[in-house]
Amino acid sequence: MTPSDAGAAGSTPDARPQDVRPVVEMTGISIEFPGVKALDGVDLRLLPGEVHALMGENGAGKSTLIKALTGVYGIDSGEILVDGEPHRFSGPGEAQAAGIATVYQEVNLCENLTVAENIMLGNEPRRFGAIDWPRTRRRAAEHLATMGLDVDPASSLGSHSIAVQQLVAISRAMVVDAKVLILDEPTSSLDADEVARLFDVVRRLRDQGVAILFVSHFIEQVFDLSDRMTVLRNGARVGEYRTAELSRTELVSRMIGRSMEVLEDLEVRTEHTVDTAQGAPFVQAVGLGRRGSVQAFDLDVHEGEVVGLAGLLGSGRTEVARLLAGADRADTGTLSVKGTLTRLRTPRAAIERKIAFSSEDRKGEGVVGDLTVRENIVLGLQAERGWLRPLPGRQVDEIVHRYIEALNIRPANPDALLRNLSGGNQQKVLLARWLATAPELFILDEPTRGIDVGAKAEIQRLVSDLAGRGMAVLFISAELEEVVRLSHRIAVMRDRRKVAELTNTDTVGVDDVVELIASGGDR
Amino acid sequence: MTTLASSRPGAPSPDRVPSVGRRLRVDRRYLPVVGTLVVFVLLLVVGGARYDNFLSVGVLANLFINNAFLIVLAVGMTFVILTGGIDLSVGSVLALSGVTAAYLLQAGVPAGVVIPLVVLVGSLIGLLVGAMVHVFEVQPFIATLAAMFFARGLCFLIAPESIPIDDETFVALASWDTWAGGQWRITSSVVIALVVVAVAFYLLHYTQFGRTVYAIGGGEQSAKLMGLPVARTKVLVYVISGTCAGLGGLLFAMFSRSGYSLTGVGMELDAIAAVVIGGTLLTGGTGFVLGSVLGVLVLGLIQTIITFEGTLSSWWTKIVIGALLLVFVVLQRLLALRRS
Repeated sequence: MTPSDAGAAGSTPDARPQDVRPVVEMTGISIEFPGVKALDGVDLRLLPGEVHALMGENGAGKSTLIKALTGVYGIDSGEILVDGEPHRFSGPGEAQAAGIATVYQEVNLCENLTVAENIMLGNEPRRFGAIDWPRTRRRAAEHLATMGLDVDPASSLGSHSIAVQQLVAISRAMVVDAKVLILDEPTSSLDADEVARLFDVVRRLRDQGVAILFVSHFIEQVFDLSDRMTVLRNGARVGEYRTAELSRTELVSRMIGRSMEVLEDLEVRTEHTVDTAQGAPFVQAVGLGRRGSVQAFDLDVHEGEVVGLAGLLGSGRTEVARLLAGADRADTGTLSVKGTLTRLRTPRAAIERKIAFSSEDRKGEGVVGDLTVRENIVLGLQAERGWLRPLPGRQVDEIVHRYIEALNIRPANPDALLRNLSGGNQQKVLLARWLATAPELFILDEPTRGIDVGAKAEIQRLVSDLAGRGMAVLFISAELEEVVRLSHRIAVMRDRRKVAELTNTDTVGVDDVVELIASGGDR
Repeated sequence: MTTLASSRPGAPSPDRVPSVGRRLRVDRRYLPVVGTLVVFVLLLVVGGARYDNFLSVGVLANLFINNAFLIVLAVGMTFVILTGGIDLSVGSVLALSGVTAAYLLQAGVPAGVVIPLVVLVGSLIGLLVGAMVHVFEVQPFIATLAAMFFARGLCFLIAPESIPIDDETFVALASWDTWAGGQWRITSSVVIALVVVAVAFYLLHYTQFGRTVYAIGGGEQSAKLMGLPVARTKVLVYVISGTCAGLGGLLFAMFSRSGYSLTGVGMELDAIAAVVIGGTLLTGGTGFVLGSVLGVLVLGLIQTIITFEGTLSSWWTKIVIGALLLVFVVLQRLLALRRS
């Protein structure tokens, strides 16, 4: 695989037939939020009678692009043509009137109303100005029938499964004679049978000439359903491809790109080796899983070992971490810590067993912005002691100074408010807080995301050093280079399932991991 | 009880309610209203068994006559609560409307001008509240609390004393009545209240506005994404509630033949209680205007029974209403929990 051609590939000119006029043509769409360029000159073309997949990692700009098309967000620059006519929608209502309907991931219907009411809401046939209920129910039943849905229109929507609600949402979209149907992650909470049923309906609509924009994290489904795809990365378009002409590996490498930011001389590689055959693992999960979150998986981490979790965003990496950290409760499988069977019902239970979890959501689940560096660092330790036994002031100063120095936290001022620190330094404070509690298993979810190169290298070195001193580390990162360099073993996640595990050797490279992510382990 | 439960341990409890519902052919959405109806009938039976003249046409007719203003308030409140909001200002707006009417009539302004004007005062305050809720995204609780103090203050500004109403047209309108079926007395307030109920029913069930009200209660974000006119509807429900409060003030002035700035203190809570007892969920999205009417009648019936009892303090009304409210809210929670 040669990821270097990702940039050069661009859009293949013959990726789209020239003889059909696109029903939607978006050109040069840019949207800026305060401080962030969410979309940067993105193009998108939808042809009638095709399923077009919109691909990219979380944060690549897929949702933003959809919201630009449906009028939820205003665009800063660019042009939207619907049927050749320029449009600027100021709300979903206007987009619907122009024939663009959307079915969102969390079904946006009203559970308090009946199926028929939901389908026809806002489009009820009238008689003398009043809603004609018999005709409304009849039309709803007709729409359900064309979808091949056997559902009582008079039943309450809330009494049906998410899958049926999703199909009802599509029926609703067809009431307005949509020319374009946007499906935003429609399959994320469906099982295999329900997905098949949904795809049947989608194919039927495609054959009727509807243009379908399909967004999904599930690569297999995209290849199964779509005719063409547009790949986004970091708010920009990578290219437009025919699905048949793109391999799974090429798609994945285009989605994640090559992160060249980490300079060669800053690279940290874990040097020490761990004999995993010897002694019981510090933590061992057998068949651990949680419905709707992650399928049952086996995973163990030994003392002094770094285990990397690789996979695309949304592949279930964070869910694994949350199960091991007691942040979510498992509903299947067992977990042993130091050979003893345990159930982690709360994060507190995990902390008592010396398991620390540094969340990927640094602001929401990590640091406290309105407290000082000092307060943030001793927070975990103090919580462990209980609030009635405050840490002696001298001990606090000693701990705080030790970690500020050890982790090179800048500014080295314990009284600085945390929110005024850069992302990298906030991350270091968060790590310091957990390290102060002397954990034996450290779960790091995206510790290097959104921080500068120098801090990144420092954190990488820290991870390697901690493991060298006997700590068990579970390391999660979207940057595969980082995972490959730091980990002794790598577990590969895909579609909320652990698909493979490989022992890291000098010959293992990023390409091997990409291959595993793309193929799902069964090559 | 224990033996009954243990004798059939396999009985799946979630199935019991739907099966009863299916047998009676009752949609579960109507269950809370049916509950209110059962309570209403029970109260009638209890009253009828205890007191000789209780089950007379006169008592029932008076139930409507004495509570016409509350019916109107509850109807307006139903719109607001269906969207998931609340309106605490209606009691004060009712007083403001009554005081304004009495004051203007005393000053010699013709009733034909005064009547639409005071109703409009209510609409205006509702519009103000709606704008606060929608444009500035103030919590409905706070916005209507502010309106409540504002309107009550205005009452005292106009007249701290009670003003009698002796305008001829107004008195004539207030004392107009007719007899339905020979014995059932209907006053002009009852007619007005019933018209309001009919209009509300039509609005809620036969117009897009009404459907949007329910959709907002089911999920405001969803309603927006479905392309429904959420903003306009949210403002309108407060205008409707304010208008109903203005009209309620007029009915109360007709009832008491005066306008007084201390009327209707706490009446907003009576209206909310009636709506909730009538089966409307405070979280919005579920409920019926006819249920609210039934809720008002239940409150009125409790009061009537306490009056018939004679020896009981009138505070017992509050105690019974409190208990009933508690039971209904818990029942609604159970229904909601069972659904999920």
